[in-house]
Amino acid sequence: MIAIIDYGMGNLHSIHNALKKVGGDPVIISDSAKLSGADCVVIPGVGSFGDCMTNLAPFKDKLFEVIDSGTPMLGICIGMHVLFDHGEESDSAGFGLIEGDVIRLPRGVKIPQMGWNELRIRRDSDLLSGINNGDFFYFVHSYYCVPVDDSTITASTDYGVDLAAVVEKDNIHAVQFHPEKSSSKGLIILNNFVEMVRC
Amino acid sequence: MLAKRIIPCLDCDLGVRQGRVVKGVKFKQIRYAGIPWELAEEYDKQGADELIFLDITASHERRETMAKVIEKTSENVFMPLTVGGGIGSLKDARVAFNAGADKVSVNTAALKNPDLINDIAKYFGTQACVIAIDAKRRYGRETGREMVDTPQGECWFECSFYGGREFTGIDAIQWAVEAEERGAGDIMLTSMDRDGTKDGFDIELTCAISDSVNIPVIASGGCGTLEHILEVFKKTNASAALAASIFHFREYTVSDVKEYLKKNGVHVRI
Repeated sequence: MIAIIDYGMGNLHSIHNALKKVGGDPVIISDSAKLSGADCVVIPGVGSFGDCMTNLAPFKDKLFEVIDSGTPMLGICIGMHVLFDHGEESDSAGFGLIEGDVIRLPRGVKIPQMGWNELRIRRDSDLLSGINNGDFFYFVHSYYCVPVDDSTITASTDYGVDLAAVVEKDNIHAVQFHPEKSSSKGLIILNNFVEMVRC
Repeated sequence: MLAKRIIPCLDCDLGVRQGRVVKGVKFKQIRYAGIPWELAEEYDKQGADELIFLDITASHERRETMAKVIEKTSENVFMPLTVGGGIGSLKDARVAFNAGADKVSVNTAALKNPDLINDIAKYFGTQACVIAIDAKRRYGRETGREMVDTPQGECWFECSFYGGREFTGIDAIQWAVEAEERGAGDIMLTSMDRDGTKDGFDIELTCAISDSVNIPVIASGGCGTLEHILEVFKKTNASAALAASIFHFREYTVSDVKEYLKKNGVHVRI
């Protein structure tokens, strides 16, 4: 079972439908106890950093437990941001699962970044299997993650700055773009994620 | 670098069972083009970057029909989906989002109650709020208007609402700036002079609006050839081009458009 955490910030149809489309068995959960039975966990991306942290608080203990046990986890957009130490948007603490900050996009570019941008792949990863350098993904965000350990960035994208598009650390995977809105390439990434559970 | 977006627009007549995609000419005569979600899947395969579903009937009882169209589409189509036509309140917007829409496009209701823009932006994010502007050229100098030079003479642009049936007296350029300040995330700009004519986009209008705001402008109205799309990207700061009939009636595929743009130096997703 793929647990999609519903923290009450918006509709989760797209991610649910997309995971189903690639052969997964997604279940939208709003009760942290149900995380225990999950083969993998998705934190979707809706809302602002501070609101997300507040609404995710009841999931924290269980979430850390399943991550410690090696369960694959995918954070999308804001769901990626909350994995870091600190968010500038609301000046609040994140989960601190990945060392680093979430800061505002640089001056001189239109904010939010909204549209299709290219991936620059930095190193091989199972999540990006079948994805080529220069493939486009759909981004919608005003803030971006700056991991302390640069080597956790498996792919970046250029938007006024070379920013982290995919960050991976052990069983934690995080993407700045929306794979569930990135057509066939997005489905490849979600399929790769679902495959991690199968093998 | 962000790619320029190609957006097929599906004008939906929801009075027909399941809904039908239609195309009107200058906001009038209607031809049927297909079932919304089937066309949507086709456009996804062709490489469309985004889809806009407009309820041209825009009547209240059909809001649920549009929700079903979006639900059905979002089972198989994974790209940003915008719903417009008759979105009159936060409640209407919520119905669309709950069905799987990523953005709503608002015209009449926002002109009548501009706070609706602030509300949608506040509850669903600026990225979810598209302001649709249907603009018509008004020749001759008027005070308090943003005058624009065109090959046909000096003009200002007036906003229309109720699907082009009524005029507001509101200056489209000034309205675009206000919409951005209130939290709009995109402007979907339709030239009423060009809509359905296949004479090409209104370049002066698109330039004037896209140079006045910092949010993306989707150029719409008048697209009839590949050259028209190239022209709007070469001559204006539009972030996206919208077209309906050239796609619905299979004159060109989205991939034809993108191959042509790429060959001519426009950055697109292929």
